[in-house]
Amino acid sequence: MSPQPFDEMRNADGSVRAHYRAFADWLDQTTPDRIAQKRGEAERAFYRVGITFAVYGEDAGTERLIPFDLVPRIIPADEWRTLEAGLKQRVRTLNLFLHDIYHDQAILKAGVVPTERVLGNAQYRREMAGMSVPGGIYAHIAGVDVVRAGAGEYYVLEDNLRVPSGVSYMLENRKMMMRLFPELFANRLIRPVQHYPDLLLENLRAVAPAGEERPTVAVLTPGAYNSAYFEHAFLAQQMGVELVEGIDLFVQNDTVFMRTTRGPQRVHVIYRRVDDDYLDPLAFRKDSMLGVPGLFSAYRAGRVTLANAIGTGVADDKSIYPYVPDMVRFYLAEEPILNNVPTFMLYRPQEREHVLANLSDLVVKEVHGAGGYGMLIGPTASKAEIEAFRARIAAAPEKYIAQPTLALSTCPTFVDAGVAPRHIDLRPYVLSGTDVDLVPGGLTRVALREGSLVVNSSQGGGTKDTWVLAE
Amino acid sequence: MLCRTANELYWMARHIERAENTARILDVTYRTSLLPYEVREPGMAWAEPWSVPLITSGQAKAYYQRYPELSADNVLKYMILDASNPSSIFCCLRAARESARSVRGAITSEMYEDLNSAWFEMRGYDYSRIDGTGVSDFLDWVKMRSHLFRGVTFGTMLRDEAYHFIRLGTHIERADNTARILDTKYHILLPSADDVGGAVDYYQWQSLLTSVSGFESYRKIYSDVITPHRVAELLVLRDDMPRSLHSCMNFIFETLELLCDEHSRELSRQAGELHARLHYARTDEMIEFGLHEYLIDFLERVSALGDEVSRVFLVPTD
Repeated sequence: MSPQPFDEMRNADGSVRAHYRAFADWLDQTTPDRIAQKRGEAERAFYRVGITFAVYGEDAGTERLIPFDLVPRIIPADEWRTLEAGLKQRVRTLNLFLHDIYHDQAILKAGVVPTERVLGNAQYRREMAGMSVPGGIYAHIAGVDVVRAGAGEYYVLEDNLRVPSGVSYMLENRKMMMRLFPELFANRLIRPVQHYPDLLLENLRAVAPAGEERPTVAVLTPGAYNSAYFEHAFLAQQMGVELVEGIDLFVQNDTVFMRTTRGPQRVHVIYRRVDDDYLDPLAFRKDSMLGVPGLFSAYRAGRVTLANAIGTGVADDKSIYPYVPDMVRFYLAEEPILNNVPTFMLYRPQEREHVLANLSDLVVKEVHGAGGYGMLIGPTASKAEIEAFRARIAAAPEKYIAQPTLALSTCPTFVDAGVAPRHIDLRPYVLSGTDVDLVPGGLTRVALREGSLVVNSSQGGGTKDTWVLAE
Repeated sequence: MLCRTANELYWMARHIERAENTARILDVTYRTSLLPYEVREPGMAWAEPWSVPLITSGQAKAYYQRYPELSADNVLKYMILDASNPSSIFCCLRAARESARSVRGAITSEMYEDLNSAWFEMRGYDYSRIDGTGVSDFLDWVKMRSHLFRGVTFGTMLRDEAYHFIRLGTHIERADNTARILDTKYHILLPSADDVGGAVDYYQWQSLLTSVSGFESYRKIYSDVITPHRVAELLVLRDDMPRSLHSCMNFIFETLELLCDEHSRELSRQAGELHARLHYARTDEMIEFGLHEYLIDFLERVSALGDEVSRVFLVPTD
């Protein structure tokens, strides 16, 4: 892996890459004034539409915009073809893996994945063992984080199989770009993504309990104070289904009902945006005010489908991640299309020794961490930070993995001083139900601070529209 | 529709309407305070024009806990910006926006965006800005935002249950507020006996009518001097006057006929009864009974109707 980041727009000699040429010409011809005016317009529109997220730990009700950058991330058709095939292959595999570990455990018996990594994992839900879910699908919605390193090769950084968020930004960013710069879309070369809610609804309906002709789907949210509330409401509205909170639902005879102005109405499929632990105070955390008492019992009885299924966290755990390429080979007898980032498992003494000796070159992550918290980025960390991590690793090595520092690709981005390269990643959303499918694109996140590799919105990241070009 | 959703929509509509009516009451007070007047019991603070917004909104006690003195500035601050006053325009717009936010899937995006931008504009106001550009300017802005929201609702929303609950909330709140505004004349606006029919009386009735957008209609219908008898007829009994009690009850009755089923017969009966009282009433009878007494009785009945709506649809106990 080269330390020089890959520039999405320009070749090493500074010339513009073929798939960015039309955009670069447009950018040259557009005055800075118009750009500035459009940036202001975008910001006001995002506020008005309410695409804000709540920030935890600040004043209650603090709402912020995720900064939106006007320079799109463009993916040429041939690259997308590979990405798409690789993502489908990966999500298909992860669903097979989840079904397997909650049933026959063939992959553990074959020794491809160590048994204790799976069964000893806090995210493995014993309650799910032996239980069948419609279509054998566990991760109906997967948000797979993909990055591009020095030579332009793609890597999967993370598989998010619990309640991945951000798809509403993908949709709103596109809407915003079309509103601000309709001329860019006039040549019809940019593939549309706006059918995502239809595709999602179709997939959710496909996994309803058997025998339901017209299943009722609902989106379950923790409520208006959740940081991703905008997205929950947005998706429910776009699909034309009810947005429910725990208090709107009740369970009778293993059947889930919503309280409506016309009396109880049965719910067949719940797209839940509430974590496993909070779903049902009778089955999981007793102090949960967000869940529905009896929901798990109804789920076990096959009377309601939860998307995603309970217990998917074991498959996107960072301690399981290194085994995904072997899973592809095991279940599909295919070679993995997408690369995994080489990963050191710190519970293995040899790898740990190597990592501890090279902390300043590596990225160390907590196995259960998310959102860019609990990470050490060696090359930019201070000595004190490195030493603090060394102590934490020594105390509980099984809680950490380490990876080489990837020089994430950069994309031109509007910053105070003009346009400058900033690091980006990509999260496409892969849907499973009828089949495995995804819309061409995803959410591109950008680290707005110069040199920063952390794209998370909670850590000062922004977003961009993502264009997949037609063939 | 979810009970919680219906509840939020109903209160969203009530809060928007309440913001508008608070603006209307402040507007009539402001206009009245510019006119010469004599109070019924001179020296009594509650008889001053600026006590009217406090009395009609039931906030007099809470006000005096925060402000020792009655003054135009203080009442305006309290009724427009005070976060501790649930009837303040600030609180009404905040509550409406919060409701909309928690059920934004049930309304159109245009409605949400309209309400959201109104809220962000509201947050940009402080008292010096309102005072600087003129109180009437600000109150007009509030009324325009309410008109705009109603227009967006009317023009974009599917005529489904959600729409009906919004309409129900709007008209229950409006009926309540028109009755309260009309009753202000009882509290304060009585001029001295010599002035009945005189210039002061005329301007006071005019400003009251204007505050409910009724002055021009009055002229059109009666083309004559303003008399209390006719004002009462216009604002209580005429069903072609959009803010009158009769007109509000028409909407409420119609809407409940659409919403009620065999489980909610009592609610539908109660609405029908109140509607019939207005539909078949005579102005003379009402004046004879005493307009103030009549309005107090009406307010109690509307409030009971609101409670029943809540019990049946919005917060059912199962």
